[in-house]
Amino acid sequence: MNQAMTKMPIAHALNLGLRHAMEADSKVMLLGEDIGQLGGVFRVTDGLQKAFGPERVVDSPLGEAGIVGGAIGLAMAGYRPVCEIQFDGFVFPAMNQIITQLAKYHHRSEGTITVPVVIRIPVGGGIGAIEHHSESPEAYFAHTAGLKVVCPSSAQQAYDMIGLAIRSQDPVIFLEPKRSYWAKSNVDLNRTPQALDKAEIVRKGDDLTLVTYGALVPVALKAAEICHEEGRSIEVIDLRSLSPIDDATLIQSVERTGRLLVAHEAQRTAGLGAEVASRVQEGAFHSLLAPIIRVTGYDTPYPPSRLEEDWLPGLDRILDGVDRSFAY
Amino acid sequence: MIAEPITLIKQDGSIRSDEALKLDVGNIDGAGLFRDMVMARRVDTEAIALQRQGELGLWPSLLGQEAAQVGAARALQPRDVAFPTYREHAVAWCRGVDPVDLLGLFRGTTLGGWDPTANNFNLYTLVIGAQTLHAVGYAMGIVRDGDVGTGDPDRDRAVMVFLGDGALSEGETNEAFVWAAAQNLPVVFFCQNNQWAISAPYSVQSRVSVAQRAEGFGFRGVRVDGNDVFACLAASKQALDIARSGNGPTLIEALTYRRNPHTTSDDDGRYRSGAENDEWAALDPIDRFRRYLESTGQLDDALLAQIAEEENLLAERLRSGCRSLPNPSAESPFRNTYAELPAELDQQMTEHIAFVEAGE
Repeated sequence: MNQAMTKMPIAHALNLGLRHAMEADSKVMLLGEDIGQLGGVFRVTDGLQKAFGPERVVDSPLGEAGIVGGAIGLAMAGYRPVCEIQFDGFVFPAMNQIITQLAKYHHRSEGTITVPVVIRIPVGGGIGAIEHHSESPEAYFAHTAGLKVVCPSSAQQAYDMIGLAIRSQDPVIFLEPKRSYWAKSNVDLNRTPQALDKAEIVRKGDDLTLVTYGALVPVALKAAEICHEEGRSIEVIDLRSLSPIDDATLIQSVERTGRLLVAHEAQRTAGLGAEVASRVQEGAFHSLLAPIIRVTGYDTPYPPSRLEEDWLPGLDRILDGVDRSFAY
Repeated sequence: MIAEPITLIKQDGSIRSDEALKLDVGNIDGAGLFRDMVMARRVDTEAIALQRQGELGLWPSLLGQEAAQVGAARALQPRDVAFPTYREHAVAWCRGVDPVDLLGLFRGTTLGGWDPTANNFNLYTLVIGAQTLHAVGYAMGIVRDGDVGTGDPDRDRAVMVFLGDGALSEGETNEAFVWAAAQNLPVVFFCQNNQWAISAPYSVQSRVSVAQRAEGFGFRGVRVDGNDVFACLAASKQALDIARSGNGPTLIEALTYRRNPHTTSDDDGRYRSGAENDEWAALDPIDRFRRYLESTGQLDDALLAQIAEEENLLAERLRSGCRSLPNPSAESPFRNTYAELPAELDQQMTEHIAFVEAGE
């Protein structure tokens, strides 16, 4: 039963989104490690195996290639599988299936075969974790033609976007900012969802466009609030869709503000920031009052957790970035 | 412990019976199997010629493996689904795929070539072993459809996935075995051990026979003479029946030999001797089956002439069909990448078409 507006964490919004999708379509099924009995290490699939049974919520063997490859076969057989990869750092054993098969089947078959597979992956750092549990692999997927890549930043977006991703005929890499899993905010279960491929202006402003996604969206909003108190009006845009990128929204914004700062946890080189910067300089060149600033992770592997607070782009580094833009 | 591969047709064409592998040979359309193997070989021969003429960039020959593929394929029911590698031209033939459609991939006009759902024959997969997981996933779908173990022949179905000896070393193939065994899936893994993975002999891949590997994963392994169409047919029927009835997966090893190089780009003189090839030429699957058919009066000159005529017509059709394969449109990669053309790709397509047309 849908309630009008409830405050809930992202993890619950995802759980609800999955549940509703499975209620609406008997072909939707889940597979992943520890998602059934345990309900997932982040409890995102909590209660779903009890509700839908072990055939529809499958506790898979320990093998990411098997999870994705098996999902491809299930999709060929008419099912709509939603895979869970337990942690970002463990998606790599599945990369062959994702890149050579999942992304390419529609193209290879000239549209005869569709593979409506969703791959859910908790991503990002800031949780004090050990190695391989804090990665930001989005660039690998955004660079792979044939995949859609999305990343919700709020419970409302998580609920809306998981439903849309499952209904999409394309394979979707669904990145979940794990440090935000327990962040609560309002969810309206009845609102018309925003299209999966659109960015969202989450705070309007006039002086600088701050583009980010996932766990950095609330950080960006905090930065914007501080800037506001200091007399600078920051427009914060949540990318939401990393592939495709909603150029139009970004370019329209920078045409008004004249300044762009892009922030992401992922390493700097060849990250999504480079892609966004390239598109905006191409589309809004004459509007730019300053070089485009990127505030990103450094070009090192993710560090031991004792160092992560400084390593990750946070409030201070984003505010520094804003200052650098306004130095021009 | 799995020992010698099971043979049902001896080299001289006489039949031997086997306790483990029963086949009612009297009820088999032997002439049909012979025709299948001969036609598949002719497809292969013509494709090699087309490659030499520059009409195809590449061709992976199945010479010597006709019995393995025809035996396996003719055990399939129409609703069973086959997942090939890139060398199963005889399986394609048996499934009713137009052989001309096999050529496009190697001519560069397509990355696929046929509708997998039309004949329940998936597209060729070039990444070694990747299709084993797709087959496993499909089998999971069949289970969830309830089409296993009902006893109704119009409902029960299974998946047969083809793989080579090299694929057994890929992690994903081994993952497929894990899944198939743990979930008792209705899938038959049909491995043509043609003993060479490009230049790597089987000894590089494993210290034990292919069929023996299944035991470690907890499911059935069967080893048959891959140049014996009856043995391959019998083993496949048996395994598919077991799968359809809900009794789980089987790994069939069809021991055969890759008589030609890996593909037309391979120079196999660099790594193996002609003597070995000659040994296996003497074990030719079509010759052996022919001896059986002639000795049992199932093959006469009239039938041979008819098949020869059919072969020639097929060859002609392959040649003209190959040259007539349409080039893909410049728009097609853009339109085929996603289910619906995204705005940005639409724009790239427009720019690209303008570029192409300006150059014409």
